[in-house]
Amino acid sequence: MTPVVELRDVGREYQGVVALRDVSLTVGRGELVGIVGPSGSGKSTMLNLIGTLDRPTHGEVRIDGHAVRDLSDRALSALRASVIGFVFQQFHLTAGVSTVDNVADGLLYTGVGLKQRRRRAVEALETVGLGHRLTHRPHELSGGERQRVAIARAVVGRPALLLADEPTGNLDSKSGEAVLRLLRSLNDAGTTVLVITHDQEVAATLPRRVDVRDGRVVRDA
Amino acid sequence: MPDLRPARLSPADVLRVGGAGLRARPTRVVLSALGIAIGIAAMISVVGISTSSREDLNRRLAALGTNLLTVGPGQTLFGEQTHLPAESVGMIGRMAPVTSTTATGKVVDAHVYRNDHIPETQSGGIAVLAARTDLLDTVGASVAKGVFLNDATARYPAVVLGDKAAERLGVAAPNEPVHLGGEWFTVVGVLHPTPLAPELDTAALIGWPVAQQHLGFDGYPTTVYARSREDAVHSVQANLAATANPEHPDEVEVSRPSDALAAKQATDETLNALLLGLGAVALLVGGVGVANTMVISVLERRAEIGLRRSLGATRSQIRTQFLTESLLLSALGGAAGAVLGVLVTTAYATYQGWPSLVPAWATLGGIAATAVIGAVAGLYPAVRASRLSPTEALATP
Repeated sequence: MTPVVELRDVGREYQGVVALRDVSLTVGRGELVGIVGPSGSGKSTMLNLIGTLDRPTHGEVRIDGHAVRDLSDRALSALRASVIGFVFQQFHLTAGVSTVDNVADGLLYTGVGLKQRRRRAVEALETVGLGHRLTHRPHELSGGERQRVAIARAVVGRPALLLADEPTGNLDSKSGEAVLRLLRSLNDAGTTVLVITHDQEVAATLPRRVDVRDGRVVRDA
Repeated sequence: MPDLRPARLSPADVLRVGGAGLRARPTRVVLSALGIAIGIAAMISVVGISTSSREDLNRRLAALGTNLLTVGPGQTLFGEQTHLPAESVGMIGRMAPVTSTTATGKVVDAHVYRNDHIPETQSGGIAVLAARTDLLDTVGASVAKGVFLNDATARYPAVVLGDKAAERLGVAAPNEPVHLGGEWFTVVGVLHPTPLAPELDTAALIGWPVAQQHLGFDGYPTTVYARSREDAVHSVQANLAATANPEHPDEVEVSRPSDALAAKQATDETLNALLLGLGAVALLVGGVGVANTMVISVLERRAEIGLRRSLGATRSQIRTQFLTESLLLSALGGAAGAVLGVLVTTAYATYQGWPSLVPAWATLGGIAATAVIGAVAGLYPAVRASRLSPTEALATP
């Protein structure tokens, strides 16, 4: 069975500044992995490479078996639409739009019709425990609820890989715990989850943690 | 391994996504669409008003007929005033395509006053004309009050006043006396305005015999009116001078009054072209406003662009989104402008008593113009949005 994420000797430079050097990492299907490191360690660069939002300077990135180097920008867009779900620290919800439509937008670029997008959005919102908040606007929700909406949007397309970038960074500890519980339950249901965080407490609760320092993986256990 | 091909957005989704950006900022949409709306409204109302006015003229001419020709005396080579031969009316009447003729003759020394106390110089610009009793039918005039001259009253001191002449003399109704050429005449009728023979509006019309017997009228016609068959107007016009005065055709002036009305209309066209140009400038400024709004919109919405890319939007889908937004924005302005332009045209035409008419080409042209403006204004911002790298876009706070 092909691993979901495969990095082989991957490096990324930005105008001569090395952000990531010779990183190799394999994440199998169904894993829950934390990528942990302080700011500037290169973990965000890793997220961008794994999320195919960026291409490596050298080395090979394979996502769900697809070699990123061989894919056009259009094909990468299709890969993101079907295989990867993103959760961001800032939630990135569209203001003034109901939770259902925010979540339904997670399927916009997959070719699913509006009616089915909304139906599946309602299901996803029920999964994250927000079945009672369907018509609310983002500003009417608490921070924890907003992040759960963002998670619903990320998983509504049933992606093989869920990438969460500091998902608890803007939340109080109670809401943060609820979000982590949710990510764990999604993982239990079969989704591969990658959590990028600088928070040691968060990292401690995850079954596998990859420590990143100065653009290198220093520990993988 | 499945083929990685991005899904196409349905047209409905393209519109939804393009419209979403507009729904989020209604005030800005209204203000930037307003520029386009003003430009389109200005252009459509200029075209609409000039078309309505031309349509009104055409209908009036159709009612009046364009087959009336007038013949008058011209000048000799040496600049002396000539006169038409007395028999010219009869000769013109015998031309085959001419259906009716009539004439007026200026009574040179006579003037008309309200009473005998008015100083002689205050003649009010009213000409005293000897008129044939069959004048009305040929020129298309009609009596507003009273009656016109007949064979009996033409021998007696009776006068029919033109519309403006009656106003200037202060004669409201027939049977009032006026002082004409040193004698008392009784007003027997007042005419309606006569568009094809405006000289009758400022005239006092008296009978041919009374003018000759009492006022020293020489009996020469100064204007001969002829109605011709519609299909022969041009050939009649060409032959009128020679028929009216065979010895000196060069001393005859022939004109077609309906041409004069049309020519007046044509002078208005220059002003319309200027107004149309102003409308185009307003439209251009509106287009710049839309471009400006779109550039700002793209700058503000970098995070949204990043999110959409992470959700799987391709570059071309981002480009289409912003292009659609720009097109919708200017189409909104264009539609509002078209409605406004039609309303302005209708209001003005109704006020003027014209038929209200906006040509289809103006409306379609306006819509096409807004589409072009929206596309041009949105192209640069849309391309910029699509070129944004997803990581940079997402890094924007």
